[in-house]
Amino acid sequence: MPPVAESSLSVRADFPILARRESGKPIVYLDSASTSQKPAEVIEALAEHLRAHNANVHRGVYALAQEADAAFEGARARVAAFTGADPETTIFVKNVTEAINLVAYAWGRANVGPGEAVLITQAEHHGNLVPWQVLCRERGASLRYLEVDERGELSLEAVERELARGDVRVLAIAHVSNVLGTINPVAEIVQRARAAGVLTVIDGAQAVPQMPVDVEQIGADFYAWTGHKALGPTGVGVLHGRREVLEGMEPFLTGGDMIASVDFYGATWNELPWKFEAGTPMIAEAVALGVAVDYLQRLGMERVRAHERALTAYMLERLPAVPGLRLVGPPEADARGGLASFTIDGIHPHDIAELCDREGVCIRAGHHCAQPLMRRLGVGATARASVGVYNDRADIDALVGALLSAREVFDLHARDERPAAC
Amino acid sequence: MDDLYRDYILDHYKRPRNFGVLEPHDLEALEHNPLCGDELGVHILVRDGRIEDLRFHGQGCAISQAAASIASEELKGMSVGDVAELDADWMIELLGIPVSATRRKCALLNLKVVRGAVTGDHSWPT
Repeated sequence: MPPVAESSLSVRADFPILARRESGKPIVYLDSASTSQKPAEVIEALAEHLRAHNANVHRGVYALAQEADAAFEGARARVAAFTGADPETTIFVKNVTEAINLVAYAWGRANVGPGEAVLITQAEHHGNLVPWQVLCRERGASLRYLEVDERGELSLEAVERELARGDVRVLAIAHVSNVLGTINPVAEIVQRARAAGVLTVIDGAQAVPQMPVDVEQIGADFYAWTGHKALGPTGVGVLHGRREVLEGMEPFLTGGDMIASVDFYGATWNELPWKFEAGTPMIAEAVALGVAVDYLQRLGMERVRAHERALTAYMLERLPAVPGLRLVGPPEADARGGLASFTIDGIHPHDIAELCDREGVCIRAGHHCAQPLMRRLGVGATARASVGVYNDRADIDALVGALLSAREVFDLHARDERPAAC
Repeated sequence: MDDLYRDYILDHYKRPRNFGVLEPHDLEALEHNPLCGDELGVHILVRDGRIEDLRFHGQGCAISQAAASIASEELKGMSVGDVAELDADWMIELLGIPVSATRRKCALLNLKVVRGAVTGDHSWPT
């Protein structure tokens, strides 16, 4: 087998859950595109905040409350710095789906009207698709799709063609596709859209956890990502917005914490970013996310990308050893994030995932919240293996072994097939 | 031998009985498994209050396809009233394999489709 650049990280021991054994074997976790595992220091930070520093934020004058405040706002500053953003325009949300809904409701309903259009791609996750469908239906606008080609890539000419039609108000695309793995040229696309006066929204859920991302350099009006895929806990996501756009918007959710003053018949809004954070936020989770991005920064996002690129290259090299396996998405590791979606002739993806589980190998099967893309690819579902900082080549070998065994379960019986005896 | 992927399950998966279309038919329905987006439809011909013939169509995993195939053989000849009374236990028992919570909907999709066609009730069998 030709040599593939050895991946450089060796951090498995930092992740307590990976000491778990499945079916008597060490767990092989290859579902980080769904959610990442968490290093001990993140788990400890979550517990430590609740154990020693818990109070509500933005309210108390006592020392404990000030501590909680400092921890929460300190986490915001670290999270913003991680992606090159300004803390004042870095809004904590529940997840990317909520971030996109925030934009679709608070900006979309005020700015998209009948006869106008929202432009997305065929490869979007439902989270960056359904909110736009709903907006367009409500406002009498049309939802148009940029096609993905056979390699799973977008065409910049098609982007320009669509923008030239003059009716597009919003362009919303994933930075990295959660099914194809394609890394989209978001900076180039954003540049064209902004030149056309179109609002740009990037779903960075699959990008921020695995590669250096600088939201200033990308230049989108909105860039969303989620903590739980980036070694942080569930329940906390991030929306970076352009200041002028955020200032011009009405709030999304209203109520506590997001007001400056309230009288019986009206209210004025708090400053950024709190104008968009109604109610008590996810304090402990945000604090733990701050620790997660510190961990990633210590590893270095260039190294994280190199590690995951090398593992992806190894996957792309090894997976074709499984007879009947078909990969979707770009064929080169340089063009994709750390995942591989595939089908195997004669075995449904559900059955592939079930049989992988027998070997302790955790992979995802299904439509990956991207049903329109599945139809475009002409498959009902795919199996998907995705890597994280804690994976190594042995995990990929285990996957290939499990896939070969899965085929055996189905094939061995095929060889036994004979007409049923009467 | 594998507990789940037994010979007869794989046999029904690879050579499903009563799959295809049935024209003409009296009843039909189409349902999805939300977990994977798989689709299963049915055409049913009714005579004298009984299922005279039926055909499933669609694609799915070994569990959902085998369950539909196995059920189809039992459903033929059954009275429409009896079909309306079938529950999840009937299907799981008929399938004869340990079905985990995550695969339960795979196993029950065919019954959901058939009951939906017969009664108009599109809820999951319990």
